[in-house]
Amino acid sequence: MRHAAAVSGRFSVRQLIARLTPDRWGAATLAVALFVATPLIAVASIALTPAPDIWRHLYDTVLFGYIERTLILIAGLGLGTFILGTGTAWLVTMCRFPGRGLFNWALVLPLAVPTYILAFVFTDQLEYAGNLQVALREIFGWRDRQDYWFPEIRSMGGAITVMTLVLYPYVYLLARAAFLEQSVCVLEVSRTLGKSAWQCFWQVALPLARPAIVVGMTLAMMEALNDFGTVDFFGVKTFTAGIYDVWLNMDNISGAAQLASVLMIFVVVLVVLERMARRGQRYHHTSTKVQALPSYQLRGWRAGLAIAFCALPILLGFVLPASVLTSYAVVFFEVTLNANYLTITLNSILLSASAAVAAVAIGLILAYGLRMGEGPLPRAAVRFASIGYAVPGAVLAIGVIVPMAALDNTIDHFSERVFGISTGLLLSGTVVAILYGYLTRFLALSFGTVEAGLGKVSRNMDGAARTLGASPLRAMSRIHFPLIRTSLLTAGLLVFVDCMKELPITIILRPFGYDTLATFVFQYASDELFEESALGALTIVAAGLIPVVILALTSLRTRPGHANPGGRA
Amino acid sequence: MTEQKAARQSVAEARADGLHMINVSHAFGTHQVVKGVSVFVEPGELVCLLGPSGCGKTTLLRLAAGLEDLQVGRITIGDEVVADGQGKPQLPPEKRNVGLMFQDFALFPHLTVFENIVFGLNDRDTARRDWARETLSTMGLAEYADAFPHVLSGGQQQRVALLRALAPAPRVLLLDEPFSGLDVNRRAQIRQDTFQILTDLGIATLMVTHDPEEAMFMADRILVMQDGRIVQSGQPVDIYFHPETAFVAELFGPVNRLECRIEGDALISPLGRHPAPEGVAAGVPMELLIRPEALNLAPLPTGGTPGDACLLTVLSARSLGRSTHLALRLDDGAGGTVLNARMPGVFQPEIGTQVTARVAPENLLVFPVDGA
Repeated sequence: MRHAAAVSGRFSVRQLIARLTPDRWGAATLAVALFVATPLIAVASIALTPAPDIWRHLYDTVLFGYIERTLILIAGLGLGTFILGTGTAWLVTMCRFPGRGLFNWALVLPLAVPTYILAFVFTDQLEYAGNLQVALREIFGWRDRQDYWFPEIRSMGGAITVMTLVLYPYVYLLARAAFLEQSVCVLEVSRTLGKSAWQCFWQVALPLARPAIVVGMTLAMMEALNDFGTVDFFGVKTFTAGIYDVWLNMDNISGAAQLASVLMIFVVVLVVLERMARRGQRYHHTSTKVQALPSYQLRGWRAGLAIAFCALPILLGFVLPASVLTSYAVVFFEVTLNANYLTITLNSILLSASAAVAAVAIGLILAYGLRMGEGPLPRAAVRFASIGYAVPGAVLAIGVIVPMAALDNTIDHFSERVFGISTGLLLSGTVVAILYGYLTRFLALSFGTVEAGLGKVSRNMDGAARTLGASPLRAMSRIHFPLIRTSLLTAGLLVFVDCMKELPITIILRPFGYDTLATFVFQYASDELFEESALGALTIVAAGLIPVVILALTSLRTRPGHANPGGRA
Repeated sequence: MTEQKAARQSVAEARADGLHMINVSHAFGTHQVVKGVSVFVEPGELVCLLGPSGCGKTTLLRLAAGLEDLQVGRITIGDEVVADGQGKPQLPPEKRNVGLMFQDFALFPHLTVFENIVFGLNDRDTARRDWARETLSTMGLAEYADAFPHVLSGGQQQRVALLRALAPAPRVLLLDEPFSGLDVNRRAQIRQDTFQILTDLGIATLMVTHDPEEAMFMADRILVMQDGRIVQSGQPVDIYFHPETAFVAELFGPVNRLECRIEGDALISPLGRHPAPEGVAAGVPMELLIRPEALNLAPLPTGGTPGDACLLTVLSARSLGRSTHLALRLDDGAGGTVLNARMPGVFQPEIGTQVTARVAPENLLVFPVDGA
């Protein structure tokens, strides 16, 4: 007894020290996580630094306009993605009508189109000189604007429509997965209790899927906050547009930083909502029985409505932009090539590939660090570092440029004092800054994928390998690597594609005269030369299709209630 | 055949190694899970750590394998000190030459059955490879050599995991709940097979389980663990018939608990008067534990009760096939106590009738009341 007490006393002290000073893995994890999180910390510290005079000015001029427009935008987008995403998900999982199998995967396609590209396509088609209005004028014999009313696409309504059409798949995917996972028993019970299919949807299926739908909506809203191309092009002054404007046009970086800190309040609210909803998802399986879903057969006009409802977002969100871009790309092929298309594409690919490699490498280090190391501190740091996915690119850009400029200045001062040479700005204004921004924004993507892959390798497999004589290095190469190879590839691919599409970070942080496909298309569209950059836009959409296709394939394969041939006995 | 013999020989040589864990303590954070435990497994012996989940038994196994760093105590395999809690460097798991089989088997999903088994073997070790191949076929798994683990049944996976642990001719074998991942129906057979293999090899084995029947079947010696300590050790029959605490007695299933007292050399309980067991002090509040199978029931003979038996009223009698489970009321004047009994075969008295109950003196388990 006395012995045990003495032992436990000695160890609580030692453990306390161990807790404060993480082990080798923990320390490495902490260092890497802090490196990635530096832009986030920079934004947070700017937000907490009082700047009364700037505030006074912002308050008097733009602040409330930004808040109002941002709120309207995300509210409208939330409603739109909810209706489109949940409705289509319910139709393809629970009902049977012609074309259901096609819609099942095709509804994800719009995810391949960046919001700003759809905005350019819509404007091109719907503005006064666009195909639709020209056709209407010819048919009805109208001569000019005074003869008829047509909605203005470059407006808040237009922005909401465009964003809804490409972001609803977030809600669709999550709601669909939630409907598929719902036990059929629950629905059958409610049928036996006298509810119609319609009542089942409103009273049982929808409440059960609510957490998943909320997660989907918050993800879509985060994307909307991140968007810069659409709101700028449509002249809708939201926060993101405002930050860009204040920073680059008014050359007031501290004002931009203060705006960014207000925008972060929106982000924090969304992140909290998302986390809460994810936690809620755990409690929703009262019965694990899963079988083929009931499939209400739709006929006649009902089937027609269902087809129209599912087809509309695919047509507007993918088929229309893809075909418009393709036709322009064919016509303006040579013009685009002459505009340095190949160099710019190479820029995009190199930049995205470097970011993908870096993000996977760092994701791997962090995932391993958490697996090997103990202690709450590294874990918290990694969670914090992977919050970048929610932070709008314009905000991250500020977070990157502030510490980087400080570092540049320090090096410059040091070098001038010691060597008498001014180094100038070494890092800010180079592609390193863009890479850093990408890394912080997309780390969650690579880390999450790698961690999920590593989760499939049980700790007992490590133990088995070690007791069978394998050194830690050999266990890693023989057991871990083959098992997580696919996850690493997937993680890299996801980051690569998102970097190819990325606009706000790139456009703010790019070196002078440096273009990626995204900035190239944006520049041309802003200069009313969208057709001439169509090949570039098409390239982005094509890259965006890769993960969408993978997503469509894998989510079809893992449908519960359908045989899983590789499953264990 | 000669290779196989040679392989056996090398296992037989390994047999000379035993496992000694001396005064081991271990804590996770501030939570002390192992508190000064010593475990000795002699060459050729199979020792079982028996206890409920969370009692620290798996931690001991992981310490022996080197998967946890030893904090206090000392571990030797054969003559070699593999870990010493004095802050000296510890032999890493890959250098200890112990075999460890996990509860979930931890087969490598991307390697075939044969690749799994030879994972711990040197490429040039043809003798052990041949041994592995031959043992695989004596286990009836030759056709699965090139299959992937997920196509195997649970029992087959267990055999592959065992073979993988044994293939490098370990000095000591460690088994973590080796049968709990299996179907109840298949468990007895697989247990029997495993016992046979281990007996043939004569390897020092430390096994962890929470299932007393499993421990009884497999072990030469059982160490019962409770809350990080060893509370009793001995041969299986000793543990069953002479539990030293109520905790050990209840490991083997729910028991009937009755109040009792000692008067002189007599044990007075609602079941009547029995000779007091040895070494029980008078004056301390005691309780009497009786296993359901220790109640020997008989139909009431015509012409009254024999003096040494007590009368119980039958509340229910459910046949389980091999045995009959009965709930009985002991009329003690104060509402009655419900006792559970298990009789072999079919024994189905009418509900509401009375039966006689006798308990052999060695089945009267008397302990001080908890907390007294």
